[in-house]
Amino acid sequence: MKQNNTPDVSRDAAWREELRKSKSPKERSAIARVKMNELSGEYRVAHRLEEVNQGLTEEQALLEASRCLDCPNPQCVTGCPVNINIPSFIKNIERGEFLEAARVLKLTSALPAVCGRVCPQEKQCESRCIHLKMKHEAVAIGYLERFAADYARNHAADAAVEKPQPNGKKVAVVGSGPAGLSFAGDMAKRGYAVTVFEALHEIGGVLKYGIPEFRLPNEIVDVEIDGLRALGVEFVKDCVIGKTLTYDDLHEMGFDGIFVASGAGLPRFMNIPGENLIGVMSSNEYLTRINLMGAGREGFDTPVLLGENVAVIGGGNTAMDSVRTARRMGAHRAMIVYRRGEDEMPARAEEVKHAKEEGVEFLTLHNPVEYLADENGRVRAMRVQKMTLGEPDASGRRSPVPIPGAIEEIPVDLVIVSVGVSPNPLVPTSISGLEISRRNTIVVNDDTMQSSLPDLYAGGDIVRGGATVILAMGDGRRAAMSMHEALTAK
Amino acid sequence: MNKIVSKEYFSEKVVKLVVEAPLIAKSRRAGHFVIVRACEHGERIPLTIADADVAAGTITLVVQAVGESTNKICALNPGDSLCDVVGPLGQATHIEKVGTVVCCGGGVGVAPLLPIVKAMKAAGNKVVSVLAGRTKELIILEDEIRASSDEVVIMTDDGSYGKQGLVTAGVEEIINREPVDMVVTIGPTIMMKFVALLTKKYNIKTMCSLNPLMVDGTGMCGACRITIDGVTKFVCVDGPEFDAHKVDFDEMMTRMKAYNKK
Repeated sequence: MKQNNTPDVSRDAAWREELRKSKSPKERSAIARVKMNELSGEYRVAHRLEEVNQGLTEEQALLEASRCLDCPNPQCVTGCPVNINIPSFIKNIERGEFLEAARVLKLTSALPAVCGRVCPQEKQCESRCIHLKMKHEAVAIGYLERFAADYARNHAADAAVEKPQPNGKKVAVVGSGPAGLSFAGDMAKRGYAVTVFEALHEIGGVLKYGIPEFRLPNEIVDVEIDGLRALGVEFVKDCVIGKTLTYDDLHEMGFDGIFVASGAGLPRFMNIPGENLIGVMSSNEYLTRINLMGAGREGFDTPVLLGENVAVIGGGNTAMDSVRTARRMGAHRAMIVYRRGEDEMPARAEEVKHAKEEGVEFLTLHNPVEYLADENGRVRAMRVQKMTLGEPDASGRRSPVPIPGAIEEIPVDLVIVSVGVSPNPLVPTSISGLEISRRNTIVVNDDTMQSSLPDLYAGGDIVRGGATVILAMGDGRRAAMSMHEALTAK
Repeated sequence: MNKIVSKEYFSEKVVKLVVEAPLIAKSRRAGHFVIVRACEHGERIPLTIADADVAAGTITLVVQAVGESTNKICALNPGDSLCDVVGPLGQATHIEKVGTVVCCGGGVGVAPLLPIVKAMKAAGNKVVSVLAGRTKELIILEDEIRASSDEVVIMTDDGSYGKQGLVTAGVEEIINREPVDMVVTIGPTIMMKFVALLTKKYNIKTMCSLNPLMVDGTGMCGACRITIDGVTKFVCVDGPEFDAHKVDFDEMMTRMKAYNKK
């Protein structure tokens, strides 16, 4: 029997009306928000690859799904960068149709199992939940998304995906991170022959080299990539566009459109004395060595420096990933050094909570000013300036102000600098005529994602300069839509 | 993909590999490098491209077995494949006619020097090459260098071949003999440092090609960062070639020891 892949998302469906009536809003609101099942902090630091969040059980998911009021005008959807039909997938969970819930997710999101894990839902969909207005906790949309996606994966539901009818057109994707994968999936579904070019030896971009396995297992990413392969997407690794093949080569190869999603690959440093000492490195280097290259694992050749006293500079998610990795790699003292206060940290609250449970120290209102070397040129200490909070700055956060004379020396043998990344100029600068901003991002039309070159579209961090997985995916989606329109109109 | 077509031992620890890589063979220019992984769990190792044959679709790499990963690469035989070869990476050498160019290479540094010697000669320069090694058997690619040089001077530490002495002695002799417009130096960091100190004395523009530790080779990690004229640069995307008079060689030598056993 042929499977119908287009789920009915109508709020007026009979089953859904019935489901709404089965419990009163009051009953639904009285249920407490589910708590994620987690491994304990002590266990986690000793088992480096195991995922911290264990997911919800079916019982937990059914109950949590019943908290959703199925609002007539659901605000959660407007908080989602890819506009997932949130009530539709949640109500499918509530009625026990988990595979159908996963299909609703797949309508708008190429990587639901990834987003269910790494999206900052508390700042997006969940921040608009009606429950918050009633002083209750938001429905755990992220946990439910992950539950449905994991259920579908464990029940091989993706095998039912049919290869779409080819439309005879070829498109190229530069970079296999979230933006590239999302674009590739959308175009493959429309019948395009899609080839994704990746510079590294693994497909997945930041999902592989950046985000550690304890937060996003590689297996999850691989399943999504296999799903794209099943749709006919081709992947070429070890190929740097702009170097191995040029923009002109891609034209000669017959590609009708090109989507550049090469990411924000260039790590920033602070340009303070001692930053080039042995033992001071970027979070990109630290995480790449461990996540992508397998450093520290039996049988892998790539080394990584291990520290007893590790300082991670910065307060974002990458800083949390690094410091939590350092604990797992055996650091006795793992510190976050951040120049503002905890309230100003850009990292997700969940990451901060997990880091604390794992024994990470938070030196907020501290800013490194110098690193000191031992006789072999290895870092032995850092000098940190203590700060206080002043007036709000351009970002709306209270700005850090140094306290005169309050400088402390702290022993460290590994420093991981995680103060942000800049767009990698390697691809953009190789294409003549492409408009690039002062910050080295590719300039695009915000609606269509089209660049100054008509057949070249771009999205993700190469356009934004440093954002989230879901925003990158949203870009891929919009670029696919507008490139498809442009290519069909031809 | 990435099949080894031929292998030649220059010495016990130095191997020349000709590798199938048609796209790289076509797009590479003098000065470019590739990142190579010998096997699935191997390290990413940067290697400068010594030569390429567009028609055959091959590139030539010269590898010195100095550690576990380079040992693995050197142990591969014709018919085997490298797990990954990606490139060409880095900025190509700026080639122009300047007059007389002295190209000096030490040890396996002669391999990346070869395409620069060829390109400098093809651009119409007078090329004097100085090849140096500890002993006779460590002088590599002499015939290939000779084919594109107006003159070749060989220097060995032990005097077993050519003249006895360091590469700097050979270079200084040429500088004292005739006007030199530019020097290119590739070899061990300590050698490049002393060549740079020498040519600084005579105020001759000098380019060097650096080979620090790298991971991705595309600007992503910063493992290869060095200080040029007081500013931090990434060798993989800003280099690998720099004005030798501006490189902080001492810092680079320290950073090269990051993973040496304590």
